[in-house]
Amino acid sequence: MESAYLDHAATTPMLPEAIEAMTAQLGVVGNASSLHAAGRRARRVVEEARENIADALDARPSEVVFTSGGTEADNLAVKGLYWARRARGATRILMSAAEHHAALDPAHWLGDHQDAKVELLEVDELGRVHPQTLRDAVERDPESVALVSVMWANNEVGTVQPVRVLAAIAHNHGIPFHTDAVQAVGQLPVAFAASGVDAMAVSGHKVGGPIGAGALLLARGVDPVPVLHGGGQERDVRSGTLDAPAIAGFAAAVRTAVDRQAETAARLTALRDDLISRVREAVPDVILNGDPVNRLPGNAHFSFPGCEGDALLMLLDAKGVECSTGSACSAGVAQPSHVLLAMGADAVRARGSLRFSLGHTSTRDDVDRVAAVIGTVVERARRAGLS
Amino acid sequence: MSGGVDSAVAAARIAEAGHDVTGVHLALSANPQSYRTGARGCCTIEDSRDARRAADVIGIPFYVWDMAERFHRDVVEDFVSEYAAGRTPNPCLRCNEKIKFEAVLTRALALGFDAVATGHHARLVDGVLSRSPDAAKDQSYVLGVLTREQLGHAIFPLGDSTKAQVREEAARRGLTVADKPDSHDICFIADGDTRRFLADRLGAAPGPIVDVSGEVVGTHEGAYGFTVGQRKGLRVDRPAPDGRPRYVLSIEPVSNTVTVGPRSALEVTTIVAARPVWNGPVAEPREPLACTVQLRAHGEVYGCRAQLSGDEVHITLDAPATGVAAGQAAVLYLDDTVIGSATIVTAA
Repeated sequence: MESAYLDHAATTPMLPEAIEAMTAQLGVVGNASSLHAAGRRARRVVEEARENIADALDARPSEVVFTSGGTEADNLAVKGLYWARRARGATRILMSAAEHHAALDPAHWLGDHQDAKVELLEVDELGRVHPQTLRDAVERDPESVALVSVMWANNEVGTVQPVRVLAAIAHNHGIPFHTDAVQAVGQLPVAFAASGVDAMAVSGHKVGGPIGAGALLLARGVDPVPVLHGGGQERDVRSGTLDAPAIAGFAAAVRTAVDRQAETAARLTALRDDLISRVREAVPDVILNGDPVNRLPGNAHFSFPGCEGDALLMLLDAKGVECSTGSACSAGVAQPSHVLLAMGADAVRARGSLRFSLGHTSTRDDVDRVAAVIGTVVERARRAGLS
Repeated sequence: MSGGVDSAVAAARIAEAGHDVTGVHLALSANPQSYRTGARGCCTIEDSRDARRAADVIGIPFYVWDMAERFHRDVVEDFVSEYAAGRTPNPCLRCNEKIKFEAVLTRALALGFDAVATGHHARLVDGVLSRSPDAAKDQSYVLGVLTREQLGHAIFPLGDSTKAQVREEAARRGLTVADKPDSHDICFIADGDTRRFLADRLGAAPGPIVDVSGEVVGTHEGAYGFTVGQRKGLRVDRPAPDGRPRYVLSIEPVSNTVTVGPRSALEVTTIVAARPVWNGPVAEPREPLACTVQLRAHGEVYGCRAQLSGDEVHITLDAPATGVAAGQAAVLYLDDTVIGSATIVTAA
């Protein structure tokens, strides 16, 4: 029995285009920083990838800084921009309370060790940051704000943020604006320049590329202090030998995913809406979390009252449905999601939550599989209760 | 799956036997690193990873179940309050009774599982519990408190094996925990210092140490720091008149008095025990039943007669025993087979 893989937000299968582009480079020698022919050849692969990604995401090639993935890109943006701005006395970090840990944790670390004042921007019950919330926070003392960070679309509940409006508010005061667009690329139209953001994190494996490749898009004139020091390969902002094969695969994935974005979004939205209505049929008291309209096409995030997310996950796994509960701590004990708590959910609702995320290989069969088992699984998990 | 070798091999065996097995690691502390600083077979993040790795090698699903609250309430707090009441609890036994075969079993049954299997060294055949062939590792004593109902949903796949065989099999199966050291002591007391653990929670409560005549021979910082039969660390000011070592004879929590005396005064032949559980192949003994009894983990076995009287079990030993502490379990056996158990209330 083939499993129904509904955890594309965790990682999605590589696209054939990406596998082809990457494997074509795997046996080829060359360090993109070397001056000889092999180096030039590798550099060409990297630079073509850079141009490809820039073109797909409405950026200039020089604005693409390759990283090891989304986490590194977020760390570089948050820490690097903070360090760059702290020199002029700006120490407040304004960040949505529903950010990914890759952005939240660096900010809190700066708060604990480097005098940053982290202010979490409230989100509403759908997970949205209201422009007025940001405006109020900025205007309390614009000079002291080091950076603003609000993700493009939430990885847990799928809510899409009004990034362009929020970025404009920061810009009115000359404050750099970072967005984590890891979940958005390929599912939503993402245009770096048109959005007005200064920094944007992108990940390879969330769009059908390899794990271990990503990028931080940095607008001209935005210069974070490096996190990784060394050869200065990427604009002197990021060091480390570039992984030409992975970058080639990453670029092919971005290109392909962005080219098909509208078609993918339409297809996934239809499948996802069908999934939601069939889960509701089987479990009438289920709660759909996140913005019902303005959400990632592939995201369906529920709370099942009276259930524990872990129990649901285990029972679904046993029935060949692979999904996710959200965040987990190092020992593997589920903690209530900070995103749901920020949205005002109580701990019980937060603990009974489950995310199904669809992607490019999702089919009607996957939805059928969920619909066939969710009723009995929820019934069983309810019997087991909240231990 | 604790992350140790026993539960890993137990899981491998039942999976191989064709059961539909899911590995479960119990998170027993809200802050796992606080309990142990190194991996010693229970309760740390390393242990959780070792368990996960073993499950991956065996090829079974693996989940961590958060039992921290239940464990704290039913085992840790119980441990502290039992000492405060002058008794000597056995937390491993309590964990089996309240966590593994109550909280975990209940949840497992609700989720559609049929049984809980553990890596305990004890035999369980047709619901009848008996000793492991490895006398040094036998854990039938700490399982003797389980009811028939609980044993009916238990599987101990290591029942016929010695520890050496289990380690050898773990190595053969490619389980990396094959040579991991045995866990011992109490998993939630990181440094093994029980007295300090209790003092941190119960505070200093100085009181007298008296001899059998009632004469004060010293002071203590808290009666909870003592166990009946204890000889070391008494800090008695004056030697006994006969110059012989003195032992803790009794702990009286209300007057906060510890009574000490000679070894001969420790000897008991009659025991009254409460909360009886009859889980063996014989009916509860309304008339005196000739059997054997074990009075603490890895303790000596005594011939005895046991009889149920109301809610109490009266046990008459064939020969005197020493160091019999209230709060410990008296587990009754016929040969190697467990027939029941009860919690020691008094001994004389």
